[in-house]
Order: sequence, then structure tokens, then C-alpha cells
Amino acid sequence: MTSLTGNPPAGMVLNEESTAGRLWQAMRGDRGGQILLGILLLLGVAVPVLHLFVPENSAMHLSGYTVTLLGKYLCYGLLAIAVDLVWGYCGILSLGHAAFFSLGGYAMGMYLMRQIGTRGVYGDPVLPDFMVFLNYKELPWFWHGFDMFWFAMIMVLLAPGLLAYAFGWLAFRSRVTGVYLSIITQALTYALMLAFFRNDMGFGGNNGFTDFKDLLGFALNNPGTRIGLFICTVIVLALAYMACRYIVASRAGRVVAAIRDAESRTRFIGYRVESYKVWIFTFSAVLAGIAGALYVPQVGIINPSEFAPINSIEVVIWVAVGGRGTLYGAVAGAVLVNYAKTYFTAALPEFWLYALGALFVLATLFLPKGLVGLRSKVKDAV
Amino acid sequence: MNASALFKQQYQRWIGPDKRSRAPGADISHQTILYLEDITVSFDGFKALNALTLYINVGELRCIIGPNGAGKTTMMDVITGKTRPDSGSAWFGQTLNLLELTEPEIAQAGIGRKFQKPTVFEQHSVYENLELSISGHKTVWPNLHARLSKQQRENIDSVLETIGLQEQVHRRAGALSHGQKQWLEIGMLLMQDPQLLLVDEPVAGMTPQETERTAELLTSLAGKHSVVVVEHDMVFVRSIARTVTVLHEGSVLAEGSMDQVQSNPKVKEVYLGE
Repeated sequence: MTSLTGNPPAGMVLNEESTAGRLWQAMRGDRGGQILLGILLLLGVAVPVLHLFVPENSAMHLSGYTVTLLGKYLCYGLLAIAVDLVWGYCGILSLGHAAFFSLGGYAMGMYLMRQIGTRGVYGDPVLPDFMVFLNYKELPWFWHGFDMFWFAMIMVLLAPGLLAYAFGWLAFRSRVTGVYLSIITQALTYALMLAFFRNDMGFGGNNGFTDFKDLLGFALNNPGTRIGLFICTVIVLALAYMACRYIVASRAGRVVAAIRDAESRTRFIGYRVESYKVWIFTFSAVLAGIAGALYVPQVGIINPSEFAPINSIEVVIWVAVGGRGTLYGAVAGAVLVNYAKTYFTAALPEFWLYALGALFVLATLFLPKGLVGLRSKVKDAV
Repeated sequence: MNASALFKQQYQRWIGPDKRSRAPGADISHQTILYLEDITVSFDGFKALNALTLYINVGELRCIIGPNGAGKTTMMDVITGKTRPDSGSAWFGQTLNLLELTEPEIAQAGIGRKFQKPTVFEQHSVYENLELSISGHKTVWPNLHARLSKQQRENIDSVLETIGLQEQVHRRAGALSHGQKQWLEIGMLLMQDPQLLLVDEPVAGMTPQETERTAELLTSLAGKHSVVVVEHDMVFVRSIARTVTVLHEGSVLAEGSMDQVQSNPKVKEVYLGE
């Protein structure tokens, strides 16, 4: 019998058995992803040049404020990818991803606080200022190790990862789905917010952490450090995008989408649906944590309001506006909505929340596939 | 559960190589593949199954008929692990106690189930639907870098031929006609090479031509697999059935050939409405 289907899609360039080869194949068919990576490459080159090498009085000069703002948008883009992975591909509407983002941010913040050392207001070599202020006599046990960068980085991955794993294990094994799951994710982030607001939690209460001085010895207010962080963000976002693309293009990714579309069918052909859900949820939470860790040194502050339930909902709006289930749409949505937010909160501050709500309603009604779905829609109309 | 056992369980669940990913399959040395004995299931006092006892032989094609509410779907739920009975026992072959296995474990042990409403992965192509249904590793890690082997591709091709969807192979499953979806779902079960196929109302909503094709398909599967068909369409049942079991109020009312069953006075009374 001549095989109709025997050959995988044509055009193999690299060895299909290698990870790189498969990634190459996954990216080949992904036009939006290619454009995204192109833009990231452009940003990674142009932003440093315009910031560092163009004189400040030139019209082409990019201010430190703009660089930080762009870096922040890209962190949000990474968070949006994480949400799109679980929502767009697995149908898990998480309204608690800001919690994982904040945990990653706090882990990074703890490292940055330990780096301040004697330069704090109270000049204590070990205790951060807020601890001196609150009459701590010694460092709480969970603050040990955060003076080491590698340890803090492991915690950036572990803290959100373990929380997501424990949460997912309980929720998915009990087959909690749909709106019930969304509600408990909201409760999760809300509970964490209340906990982190408490002074005796040892995380600085409602002030959180700020006044950071340096990271790995580089002063944070130095333009070079700023650019370094920006480039790191660009690289991490690109790598995370490719990792997610690799996953959704693999058979495991097709199983995940199958769970989204017909969960019981997936179970009856022998997949342990819970395992896939826990796995993808944990991976997504770790990505969110990395985004938070990149965010904190760039914006210079982390406090419990990052856990606010509204933040998680906003992320979902970015993804919906950009176009869910595409990954690159999530990044586009995050950047565009946040650009609009920056603009509106400066120009018409009272108006922003209404605008955000209207945006969500309009996107749901008229652009079910988001902005990236617009292209095919226009094509169909013509 | 202690920490190391928990770790081991989670490791197997994700990473494998999972010894349980293909359960041993049924021991059919006694020529009976499925034993249901005294199964009772009640929902809020209503007995959906009432001491149901039923045996299916190896390679048999069995039709199960019965009025609405007779317990046909509940019976399928019990066999596939979706519903746990209040009492009774259910064995797959001599050795596998179905009441102790989860849904995916039962599927991997070799029982495939087609739902009443055709359920395929609508966003995936026909080919991908079959690919996902391949028996073998079902854990996350191996599937992150799984590739189809030559053997598996041939397997998919042969199932495509069996269900007659070669022309539709790259179409999105959601774009198929109702009948084609039913066949695709049967194909997905075949990919797992199950010993026992449970097929719930395969011809509901089909055109006469499609019904005829489905009859051929199911008859051709019997022998290689044991097939249990639940169906309302009496013409269809007559065209494929060798043995028919009539369920009524959660237990077996009659069993035998179509003619025997149809001439049974009890059956006439409750089901055929005479």
C-alpha cells in the first residue's frame, strides 16, 4: 500500500531525531513566532545602541525610563505566554498566575535585599532595614542562603513550581475544572496577598522590598546594568517562547490540546489526564516565576499588591486580546494592552479600568481569536 | 504515603519508562473476556443496575438492547471505571479486577470505549487523532520527544483503511460528517488494539448507507476483538447480531439469538410493546 501519510511534513533540514531538529521543524511552520523572534532580535540590538551610544541630546536617544518600560512589557509578555500555555492549550483558566509571578519576584527581591548590606538606612550588615525596624534579632530561617545568587535563582524556580505542583496535584486529582478551578486560583492569590501583607511573615509587610542597590555587583541604576537586564529579558523570552512552541508541537502538546477539547475521551484512550495537567501547570508557573524575577530588578520594587486578584485577571485579558492558543498573540496582547495602560493611566487615570473592561468585552464579542486572528479574518472578508 | 513512595509514584507518572503503561491484558484462557457478576449501582435510591450478571466470550459480537433507562450506559460506565458499583464484581479475563483500576489503566489494559455522542479531538487532524490513540507510552516525558516508528505509521495506515478515511487524513476532525466522526472514533479505539470494544449507539443519526458500512465494519472486527454494541436500531441489530442481550430495569431479561429474543413473551411485553 502506498502510504498517504507515511512521511512527516517535508522539508527536513536538521536531523529530525535531535531536539534542535524538532525545534527547527516546530518553528518553521510558526509564522507569528518567527516574526516575534525577529522583533526580539531587533530590540536586543537596537535598544542597547540607542540607549548607550546615541548621545542624550539626540532625538534618537532612548531614555532609561523607556528601556525599563520596554523590559517590563517583555516580562509581562513572558507571563502572558505562561498563561496562554495553560489556558489556550490546556483549557485551564488560571486566575492566579500573578501569584507565581510574585513568588518569583519575591525570591529575586530577597537576594537583592541581602545585597544591600550595610548601605541600608540602619546599616545592619545582615538584617534588611524592615527587619531592624520591626525589631528582628536575627535573620528568619527562610532568609538564609538568599545572599547567594545561585540559591536565589533556584528558589525563583522552586517556589512557584512547588506551589503550582501541590495546588495542581490536589485540584486536578479531584477533577476540579472550569469555573470552580478559576475561583480557587483566585482564592490562592488572594490568600497569598493577605499573608504577604502581614508584617510578621518576614517579607516586609505592605511595603515589600525596595531600595535595591546592586545585582551580582552591578549597580542597578547604572545604564549598563539596565541594558544587561533588558538583554537578559529578551533572551529569556525568546528561549521560553521556543520551549513552549516545542512543547505544543510535540505529541505531549497534542495530548494537552486533546484534554482541552475532549477530556474524558483522552482519559479513555489511556492518558492520565491529571499528570498532564499538573505538568503543564507547573511548567507554566515556573515561567511566570522567572518573569517575576526579571521584573523586580527592572522596576525596583516588589510588594504584596502584586498578588492582587485583579492582576491575574488582567493577564487573562492580555491573552484574550492578543489571541489565545497562539503563544505569540499572548506576547502581542501583553505589550499592546500595557502600552495602552501606560498611556491611559497618565492621560485619563479614571478611565483606564473602564477601557480595560470594554477592551475585554469587545475582544470577546468581535475578536474571539484576538488581534492575531484579525489577519485571517480580513483575508476571509477579501 | 511516605516521601520516597510518593516520589516514585510521581516519577513513574511523568517520566516512565512506565511498566504499567501497557498492562498485561486479559488472561482469556477460559474463553471468557468479561465477567460482570451481581453488579448493583444505585443513584439516590434508583437502581440503575440491579444485580446484573453478564458474560462476554472471546471474539464475540454481542448486541445489548433495552428500553431507555434499562442501564446500558451505566453498565459501560462500570466496565470502563467511570462509575463504581455499590456491590458485585467485574473482571477482565481471569486476572484483572476492573473495580480496582482507574479509567486510563482500564483503557491501557485493553478495553476501548466509543461514546454515544461521537467524541473525537475536533481541533486535530484525522491523522493526529489516530496518532494520539496509539498504544504504548502514555506518560508526559516520552511524549515530549516521541516520534512515530515505521511500524506505528503502518499501523495508522491500516486503521485508516479499515475505517475508510484515507481521503480525509489531513482534514480537521471537527470538519468530518457525523458518520465519519463515528468511524474515526472506532479507529481511535482500534489503534490501541483493544481486546474488548464497547460501542455505544454507533449508528444513531447515520444515513442508511453509513449504517450499512458500520455494520460491515463491526462485523469485520468481531473475531479479532470482542465487541459489545449497545443499540436501539432493531434493523441494525438484526443485521449484525449473533447473540442479543435484553436489559430491563438494570438486569438481564433475556439472552439468545435475535429470533429467540423477539419471540420471548417477557421481551414482547416490556420492550417490543406488544
